[in-house]
Amino acid sequence: MAKKRKSSDSSTVNSNLVRRPIRKWFPLFVLPTLACFFVGFIWPFLEGIYLSFCKFNLAKDAHWVGISNYQKIFESLKALDYAQIWEESGLWGTITATVRGNDFTNAFVNTTLFAIVSIVLINVIAFAIAYALTRKFAGANIFRTVFFMPNLIGGLVLGYIWSMIFEGILKSAGMQSLVLNSTYGFWALVILVAWQQIGYMMIIYIAGLQAVPEDMLEAARIDGANGWQTLFKVIIPNVMPSITICMFLTLTNSFKLFDQNMALTGGAPTVTLATGQSMGTTELLALNIKSTYERNANFHGVAQAKAVIFFILVAVLALAQLSATRKKEVQQ
Amino acid sequence: MKKIIALLLACLMVMCLFAGCNNNTPSAEGGSVYYLNFKPEAEQAWLDLAATYTEQTGVEVKIVTAASGSYSDTLTAEMGKADAPTLFQCGNQQGLIDWDEYCLDLTDTKVVKEMTTDDFNLYNEAGELKAIGYCYECFGIIVNKALLAEAGYSIEDIKDFASLKAIAEDIHANAETLGFDAFTSSGLDSSSSWRFSGHLANMPLFYECRDNGVTEQPAELTGAYLENFKNIWDLYINNSATAPADLTSATGDQALEEFGKGKAVFYQNGSWEFANLCTDETKGYMLNAEDLTMIPIYCGVEGEEDAGLCSGTENCWAVNSKASKEDIQATLDFMYWVVTSDEGTQMMADNLGPIPFKSAKTPENSFFAAANEYTTAGNYVVTWAFNWTPNVDDWRAGVVSALAAYSAGTGEWTAVEEAFVNGWAYQYANQG
Repeated sequence: MAKKRKSSDSSTVNSNLVRRPIRKWFPLFVLPTLACFFVGFIWPFLEGIYLSFCKFNLAKDAHWVGISNYQKIFESLKALDYAQIWEESGLWGTITATVRGNDFTNAFVNTTLFAIVSIVLINVIAFAIAYALTRKFAGANIFRTVFFMPNLIGGLVLGYIWSMIFEGILKSAGMQSLVLNSTYGFWALVILVAWQQIGYMMIIYIAGLQAVPEDMLEAARIDGANGWQTLFKVIIPNVMPSITICMFLTLTNSFKLFDQNMALTGGAPTVTLATGQSMGTTELLALNIKSTYERNANFHGVAQAKAVIFFILVAVLALAQLSATRKKEVQQ
Repeated sequence: MKKIIALLLACLMVMCLFAGCNNNTPSAEGGSVYYLNFKPEAEQAWLDLAATYTEQTGVEVKIVTAASGSYSDTLTAEMGKADAPTLFQCGNQQGLIDWDEYCLDLTDTKVVKEMTTDDFNLYNEAGELKAIGYCYECFGIIVNKALLAEAGYSIEDIKDFASLKAIAEDIHANAETLGFDAFTSSGLDSSSSWRFSGHLANMPLFYECRDNGVTEQPAELTGAYLENFKNIWDLYINNSATAPADLTSATGDQALEEFGKGKAVFYQNGSWEFANLCTDETKGYMLNAEDLTMIPIYCGVEGEEDAGLCSGTENCWAVNSKASKEDIQATLDFMYWVVTSDEGTQMMADNLGPIPFKSAKTPENSFFAAANEYTTAGNYVVTWAFNWTPNVDDWRAGVVSALAAYSAGTGEWTAVEEAFVNGWAYQYANQG
């Protein structure tokens, strides 16, 4: 009886009689959301692009300066004597000197390295844990909860807590402080973010793994596939949608990472380059944009220009990665 | 009917969206005042004073206080609003770069005519008076005289760097038997590092600027007095209970606690710490004000026996030139009242210390008494040359990192010199 009512309900909803007025009034009902989207996203975005060509302290008093903000980003690279560096240290040396000779390119390389390492680390570990926790054993649910919990703590709090943990460990091991060694700073950030995000990705993988059709697994078993074969030939192709989502999330999260970076090292150690510019060696892009903004009012536009470049980078990377992993998804 | 209701509802929802934008409260006739206060510790005092003023004159005064360390962010956010602050703080070279076009030229205003000195006022490149120093502060080495006496010395024994060094090293060597050490920890955590990259770095900056007769922001430094900077830094870090390698994570509160609990004789900080140490019951240190004094930072410069405390200010008032005429007038009237009325000057003396205005009252703060004693004795005042620092945060970050590496033994002193000298030149060239 109940089933019958349900089917008649859906046919009523889909009938033209009902749908025509909805279609007619649809623009009106979308209007509030659209207005929100415009006020909260489209307009600030367009204004952000406009401001990147302006000199301003307050957004309302901006004046147009053309592309000079974009030129200023890479200005410190002009001071490098490329011929001499090339002669002394060859191709690789020149690349390193270029990248490390500018706060923005340095932050970009830091971010890229960070993204690569954390994408691999987070997804492999999250998948492994999810795989283990979908086996049936006592306490699996408790483990899921425990692994997910770091996600509930804010990035800033985590950053400060972990900086205490790392400092404590490094000190008792007689090693350098986190804020004095950029290698430690980098890996500390990787560990922190992995610890925080693995639980979240794990949940997505668990959902994906549970959706793998039992009959396929059974068929594989009957065909005599061993554990690895089942994993690579049956399970992974079936959880490809989850992998796409997780890769996308970890990629964009890594690129946009800010709170943890600021709280853990704040970009320290800062080095003074040959030009006299001070540069935070563990700064990622988002933090670099903020510290540029804070230099003084003449750099607000430069920070905005960096933010525009940053947006384009993240958008291009995310789209490329999405289309690459989508191709590997299987339709059931 | 339903259609009409749906239409109305949808319109209502859209209107609700924009309702938040309309917060232009009509200002009272004759203008009102909006002061964005810089000092959280004086917030209540300002609120009370504002209430008194409103009671007496009927002019509305709104006081908003920015959280510690977020003044510049708060100011940027507030200035962007329709109802922007009419009175705000613009305290150094960087402030002038950021806010020049928003600062009213205060020349010839009534409040300026009440001033006793022009030393703390800020002028822009065109020579317009853009901000006035409304109170000043001093910093140096705070000394616990009672502990010093326990160690067998008196304040008169400290005359220059050599005597300070001898006494500090003696106290440090006997720290275990005495139960206290010479210096508090010189933490390089961001809550404390400004004491060194800002205030202590003022010593080499001041002396260099003095020698070269500098009167405006210098384009470059020679670092002639960096050896003295090293002297005093070495003295701080090697004669304290905290190992130099642990300074990167040592905080400002840690140093305050060490001094407040009588674990150290010397503590480099400023007059603003008086309340924390002597009168703030929530902090609970309640040191005896008579036991405390402040001495100049001696670092081995020739003639420094005649030095006084480092006196200056970053507390400068600027009036928003883009506010309405009525609001500007109301603000100028309020400022005048604050620095001339009984209530205003009393509040300033109690909460901000000495103020450079004719009707100023004498503050109780014993550090200012020390500053006055030095000045009366004819000692020279060490002015705040660090207010000239170009791109303050960037320059200081470089110096702090180099200091941290040097202290931990992983870096060389030359890195500090580079951050100091090359960093300055770069930041100066890249202000615009």
